[in-house]
Amino acid sequence: MPHRTFTRRSLLAAGSAGMATLGTGLLVPARAAGVAPTPTMRGGANNYLPGAPVVDRIGGGGFWMTGTVRRAGDGAPLAGQRIQIWAHTTEGHERDPHSHGATLTDANGVFRLEMPQIVPAFGQPHGHLAYDSGEFDTVFLRPVMPSSSDTSLEAHFVLQPL
Amino acid sequence: MAAVDRHRVRTGLIWATLAGAMLSPVGLAAASPLLAWRDPVYVTGGFAGILAMSLLLLQPLLATGVLPGLSQAGARRVHRWVGGSLVGAVVVHVAALWITSPPDMIDALLLASPTPFSIWGVIAMWAVFAAATLAALRRRLRLRPTTWRAAHRTLATAVVITAVLHTMLIEGTMETLSKAALCALVIGAMAAALLTIRSRKRRAPQKRRPETTVPTEDAGG
Repeated sequence: MPHRTFTRRSLLAAGSAGMATLGTGLLVPARAAGVAPTPTMRGGANNYLPGAPVVDRIGGGGFWMTGTVRRAGDGAPLAGQRIQIWAHTTEGHERDPHSHGATLTDANGVFRLEMPQIVPAFGQPHGHLAYDSGEFDTVFLRPVMPSSSDTSLEAHFVLQPL
Repeated sequence: MAAVDRHRVRTGLIWATLAGAMLSPVGLAAASPLLAWRDPVYVTGGFAGILAMSLLLLQPLLATGVLPGLSQAGARRVHRWVGGSLVGAVVVHVAALWITSPPDMIDALLLASPTPFSIWGVIAMWAVFAAATLAALRRRLRLRPTTWRAAHRTLATAVVITAVLHTMLIEGTMETLSKAALCALVIGAMAAALLTIRSRKRRAPQKRRPETTVPTEDAGG
């Protein structure tokens, strides 16, 4: 006597339910990763000049670019990471080499670099930041100031190990 | 005599208002503090854009021939010249911004820019070029006059809408109030022109070319 465990109907039903479950991602193994890596922003790399020197301050200063650098997954702060910064400021265009500078993160993964006041250029008051030291995936950011009268701007990196 | 004077005063007032509406945004932008931190090429690029916006205000008024002191034929001729200048201003705007920051302009032209106003600007540019090409090839294209006009009018409407979006979303050298006023006037002039054309068509429904049958306003000047 034939004993059919699956009818065609139950097979289709079970199959599609299974596919749907996979599709939702419910069966993906638990990841230790909580913190997703920061994607590169559109236009972030515009007017990038590789190898900007680490400086105490870009130009005369008066404006602060601040932020943090963390590792993707566990979110651990990354010390000693080189972040390059450039913008259109009261002292020069984005493409001018003297508008570019770099700084290193401290033990808490925090960076802070003084630079000239950022002024609106190409329609928005914005800055550019880059991580491209090679230990993690390269990331370019292009944060926009909520107001052009702001005297500081923040940008945060979560880097994906290579 | 008094009627002639009143007419002259009215004509003068209309042209003075128009000149003020076109020139005050340029004048106020010339006082922008941002100019101090821009090189001459960048400044030129910005002003070419502002000038293009001012010229845009003239086009619907000239196309419908509602400006006093100009015959219908004269208005058409000026409309063509202003259209050519508009194309020139857009070319200077794009070229100067390209020189100022090539990657930003390339992103914009490829519609890959992070800023939505660049995408509106590029659409406006192509619509200006298309409307001008249509005008330059008017005879050679041999379209039916109604078809040609509908196409030119559609492109012109697209230019107005996208150029206004582009301008309003930009934080640049233009002073906020005069910018908003100019944009409102450009939209108003375009809307008025579309309504005028519609009512003229209704008034002469049997004619094939309704616009040319309308008597010129103030042919004597």
